[in-house]
Amino acid sequence: MATNPVRSAAVNRPRPVGPSGLNAITQWLHQNLFSSWGNTCLTLLGGALAYWVIAGFLDWAVWHAVYTGTDGSACDVVGAGACWPFISAKLQIFMYGRYPTEELWRVNLTYVLALVGLVPLMLPRVPGKIWLTAYMLLVFPVVAFFLLTGAEPLGLPVVPTSRWGGLLVTLVVACVSIAISFPLGIILALARRSDLPLIKWPAIFFIEFVRGVPLVMVLFFASVMLPLFLPEDLTINKLLRALIGVALFSAAYLAEVVRGGLQAIPRGQYEAAEALGLSYWKTMGFVILPQALKLVIPGIVNSFIALFKDTSLVLIIGLFDLLGIVQQAVASDAKWFSPQTAATGYVFAGFVFWIFCFGMSRYSAWLERRLATGHRS
Amino acid sequence: MAKLARRDGAVKQTRQLTDYFYDPKVRGILFQVIVVALISWLVYGAVLNTVNNLEAQGIASGFGFLDRTAGFDISQSLIPYENTMTYARAFWVGLLNTLLVAVLGIVFATTVGFMIGAARLSQNWLIAQLATAYVEILRNLPPLLMLFAVYFGVLKTLPSPRESLALPFSSYLNSRGLYVPAVHWEPGFGVVVASLFVAAICVIAYWAWARWRHTQTGRQMPILLPSLGVIVGIPLLAFLLMGMPLSFDPPVQGRFNLTGGIALLPELIALLVGLALYTSAFIAEIVRAGIMGVPTGQREAAAALGLKPGQILWLVVFPQAMRIIIPPLTNQYLNLTKNSSLAVAIGYPDLVSVFAGTVLNQTNQAVEVILITMSVYLVLSLLTSLFMNWFNQRMALVER
Repeated sequence: MATNPVRSAAVNRPRPVGPSGLNAITQWLHQNLFSSWGNTCLTLLGGALAYWVIAGFLDWAVWHAVYTGTDGSACDVVGAGACWPFISAKLQIFMYGRYPTEELWRVNLTYVLALVGLVPLMLPRVPGKIWLTAYMLLVFPVVAFFLLTGAEPLGLPVVPTSRWGGLLVTLVVACVSIAISFPLGIILALARRSDLPLIKWPAIFFIEFVRGVPLVMVLFFASVMLPLFLPEDLTINKLLRALIGVALFSAAYLAEVVRGGLQAIPRGQYEAAEALGLSYWKTMGFVILPQALKLVIPGIVNSFIALFKDTSLVLIIGLFDLLGIVQQAVASDAKWFSPQTAATGYVFAGFVFWIFCFGMSRYSAWLERRLATGHRS
Repeated sequence: MAKLARRDGAVKQTRQLTDYFYDPKVRGILFQVIVVALISWLVYGAVLNTVNNLEAQGIASGFGFLDRTAGFDISQSLIPYENTMTYARAFWVGLLNTLLVAVLGIVFATTVGFMIGAARLSQNWLIAQLATAYVEILRNLPPLLMLFAVYFGVLKTLPSPRESLALPFSSYLNSRGLYVPAVHWEPGFGVVVASLFVAAICVIAYWAWARWRHTQTGRQMPILLPSLGVIVGIPLLAFLLMGMPLSFDPPVQGRFNLTGGIALLPELIALLVGLALYTSAFIAEIVRAGIMGVPTGQREAAAALGLKPGQILWLVVFPQAMRIIIPPLTNQYLNLTKNSSLAVAIGYPDLVSVFAGTVLNQTNQAVEVILITMSVYLVLSLLTSLFMNWFNQRMALVER
């Protein structure tokens, strides 16, 4: 069967060392693309499909795209492709929302401060990780909070969160949710593994409840029910409600990932820690969690990728994240109306989301390979 | 000696309080009491505030609203619905629409996902690369973006009904949706359906007999062709004998609009395409991992026994791969069902957009509406995982 999708045993065997040069290329072509009639057909079909998709996309995005113009009429040409001036005209809105232009340096400075802490943390063999972690956990959040929201005594005018938007909101929701849901997820996972029934059952209830409902419902819950739960004079802002919703949602998923790691730690580790007389928190903090978390780093990164994609749902409760603001510009900006505006906007938003998610998934895969060596028995 | 004993006694006395504090049992009870007290306090506060807030805003409570007239239209309904019917009826309409999307989406996503997953393992380099690109692109995009791209980027830019695109099988595609021929059953079609059942029973009986014969004599009977012949042939014969009791009502291009046929909402198509594309990328990865998880030794042993590549795949690799595939596949099905709630963003009348959207806005009874909607999803999740657990148990490796 030529189209057999599973590599048969014969193919997995090491190939004999072939001739070099042109012969090697033809041999590779023969083995991988034209080994039989069926395979040749598949190759031709696949090649046609690839050509059709790639050429079609290039036609749209490059060859027939419109590059200059001041409004939608420039793009409203028969046969025109992507409407790039729409993106360049709206770039600031897409990135920062309606954040005041003269205050944008504060957002950029926050990004730089975050990168200064994050990049060395993510690279192996960088000394002083403890200090970097302390900086990211204790110093950075406070500085970022005052930089973004403003502090009158320091001469930073207050920027209300209703003016935030675009990629800024996406990143704020994602990062804050990660920062809240990570410790919360660990606590929930520990609670679920606890022997104490009145701690275990509330944790199970919470985790299974949240995992059983869609994020849209959790966000509805946060935006409609949360204000009802609080005293009348206490109102919380829309962004905060979305943050609480997303963070609780992803904490439940993270808890299950961490639980997987906890279950993979051999009993002997718990017993040894107990024999040494360590308390519960010391056992967990110094013996179990460091091993368990290391085991599930890929799973944790995957949860973060899912969380990053899920931030786009906040548009349902009326926040303008990157997708929300692109959607708004596409749907309601009459000035830029043209047949290709919508497609251009979505391709741009998709590209930004894709870069972040793909980057994280590559990082996770790399980390997995690096850490795998330590766990071969 | 007496001195020592007394000192022991003294030590014991001073340690008594701290002893209690360090006793794991006492500590455990203390912790539980604290947690329960905290949760009770939060719940009590939330309930009290909610009651006060609802009273202050003059919102009624209770489930009585379900019997009141809904008064709004729903663009797609699987059961008869009019705006004079009750909120409860609207709830069922929304729920059925959600289930429709979930079931169709699962079918499409599984089909595409298995094909892409197999393609990723293809010996053909080009096919494998194409499948990898498919997975890597779709997996890293938010599903909501796909919905928007399909709905606003493609379907909404289609020509108006006057210039519908003609598709095969006298279907038409335009900005109002996909128009396909409607099928009308005429009297006598029941016989055809009945004959299909009879054919199915015959085929199952034939399978059982073939299996029995296989274990008894070791000789294999042809399965596929006879089964296909029976399951297609008998109903076809009945169909012809009854005088073809089936008629099609194709959509007809009028001056301004299409008449006849069935119109599939563009929202439904966008939701299906978006969800199926997104979920299929994940299913493809699951399938690939499942097939790769079968030890090479199994394939080599099968090849050594002289099985053909197709037989190796269907009789040896696939049954074992399914054991690895099913649990994560369940999760993807649940995810797809939950993601169908994204419908609210493009206005497909699913449970969330009908009930937690329109009904909530009209009645303001947030607590009850959200409670009901969440319970539905919880029950769906529970049912799916129960079914899959049962299925998984049947497929699980029987170990000695």
